[in-house]
Amino acid sequence: MHFIVEPGFFSNGPVRTALIIGGVTAIVSAVVGVFVVIRSQAFAGHALTDVATTGGSAAFFLGLSPLLGFIGGGVIGAGAMDLIGVQRERGRDVATGIVLGTALGLAALFLYLDTTKSASTGATQQILFGSIFTLDPSSVPLVIVLSAFALAIITSINRPLLMSSLSADLTRARGINLRAIGVLFMIAMAVAVGLSSIAVGSILSTALLIGPAAASVRVARGLRPALVMAAALGVAATWLGILFAYDSFYWVPSSQGLPVSFFIVSLIFLCYLVTGIPFVRRGFREATSHRRGVSEASV
Amino acid sequence: MSDKPVLEVDSICVTLGGRRILDHVTFDVRAGEFTGLIGSNGVGKTTLLRAILGLQRLDEGHILVSGSPISPRNRSLGYVPQRIVVDPDVPMRARDFVALGLDAHRYGVTRRTPRQRDLVDQILHDVDAERFADNRLGGLSGGEQQRIFIAHALIGQPKLLLLDEPLANLDPKSVQEVVALLHRVARDYGVAIVLSAHEMNALLPVMDRVVYLTGGRAASGTTDEVIRSEVLSQLYGHHVDVLKLHGRVLVVAEPGQENQDIPEHATLTVN
Repeated sequence: MHFIVEPGFFSNGPVRTALIIGGVTAIVSAVVGVFVVIRSQAFAGHALTDVATTGGSAAFFLGLSPLLGFIGGGVIGAGAMDLIGVQRERGRDVATGIVLGTALGLAALFLYLDTTKSASTGATQQILFGSIFTLDPSSVPLVIVLSAFALAIITSINRPLLMSSLSADLTRARGINLRAIGVLFMIAMAVAVGLSSIAVGSILSTALLIGPAAASVRVARGLRPALVMAAALGVAATWLGILFAYDSFYWVPSSQGLPVSFFIVSLIFLCYLVTGIPFVRRGFREATSHRRGVSEASV
Repeated sequence: MSDKPVLEVDSICVTLGGRRILDHVTFDVRAGEFTGLIGSNGVGKTTLLRAILGLQRLDEGHILVSGSPISPRNRSLGYVPQRIVVDPDVPMRARDFVALGLDAHRYGVTRRTPRQRDLVDQILHDVDAERFADNRLGGLSGGEQQRIFIAHALIGQPKLLLLDEPLANLDPKSVQEVVALLHRVARDYGVAIVLSAHEMNALLPVMDRVVYLTGGRAASGTTDEVIRSEVLSQLYGHHVDVLKLHGRVLVVAEPGQENQDIPEHATLTVN
């Protein structure tokens, strides 16, 4: 057992906080991510991470909680993208690109100020690449409330959201307010990005948002299996990443742990690669459809 | 009572980008009728269908569906838009998309009732789509997807089904199958169909009425009433000939007028 889990893993306070916050944020990111992938809004998702960077670095400078900065930045960015025209299919990329560029410019300023203020590069490292082991246990309730909020949005609009991802005209013809759905989704996406920013850093939060979703969408036949699988992959990658990072303290001679984000993102990428193998894809799809057949027969 | 129109389009005008797209267009559709909305590309067919759906502001005139003014919440309308591009990576089975026809506008998560699931099965059977009902929508062929879109539109049991160019981009065999399917469901479901097309020959055997659209104006009536040289010449504003050959129709302009927006004027295929 000690080869896998080095001593003190489960009794360690920061590890426990990391496991809770990492697990919860991985679930939210994965669920929102499945819809991001379906709506082909990965680029918008990435732009939100950049705006979250700006918010996080500004919050750090002002001495506020980076989590609030990440989420505040993301929500403001989502609003700006909507105003510029992210809803129009043709305006989407341009609107996203403009918001992204501006946000990164501001982030450069704030990160510079953060570094000067704290007289170290730790701030930059923490904002961009995360430091899940330094999270304050008192932030757990806030993380859970925000996660519940994002999941509540997705749950309540899931059908109109799915419909609007397929055909704008068909959605409008059903009397669904396309713009309201789009804005609500962007808010859920901003919250998800903010949450995963504290886990893996703002720059890498795209990986947690898109990765598990992209992998599960490759192999799951229906929406529900895709959501469950994405959440499972996200949580597994995050927890294993935390474990490896903790263990890595004992691997390297200098007794310096390696960054958690590196492990999480690598594991997610590995999932994506494995689900791309044709025989794995087929196996999964057949497994899910077989279960459906059995359950139907028993009804 | 069955003679009461399910759709009344009364002298509507629509202007888009300063150009008058529809100029006092008038026609009726009665219960269970199959109406072909014929015109070449860019003549305003989509605009007219969007107007009927309440998605297009009218400058003049009005539209009644089952006797009431149009509203997007009017559930007596079913709609199949011109282009739905479904990525093969979207994790949605064909069956799930049909079910969205029942509850896409509902919020929250509710389990679909056994009655609703039976309805989905029934409609998949009626459009002959059971074979691929559990496959991903994005992986289906054009003809298979069209059946699923029709099932999605029909499951709300509308009185009127609008289809925007459903036959474009289909191979000839699929065109035949989709037309036969629509003819059958129109009868079985008692639903009136308005179908836009730039090629009318495939529709000739099933069309009860035709609305012929060109230059913003429309002529409507039975095929024999409308697809005549006198009527179409007046509509186009210059002389056109209508040739009927082997059960097919060919609209031919005089030399020098070929570039006018005559649907399928180059179609000379004869079976």
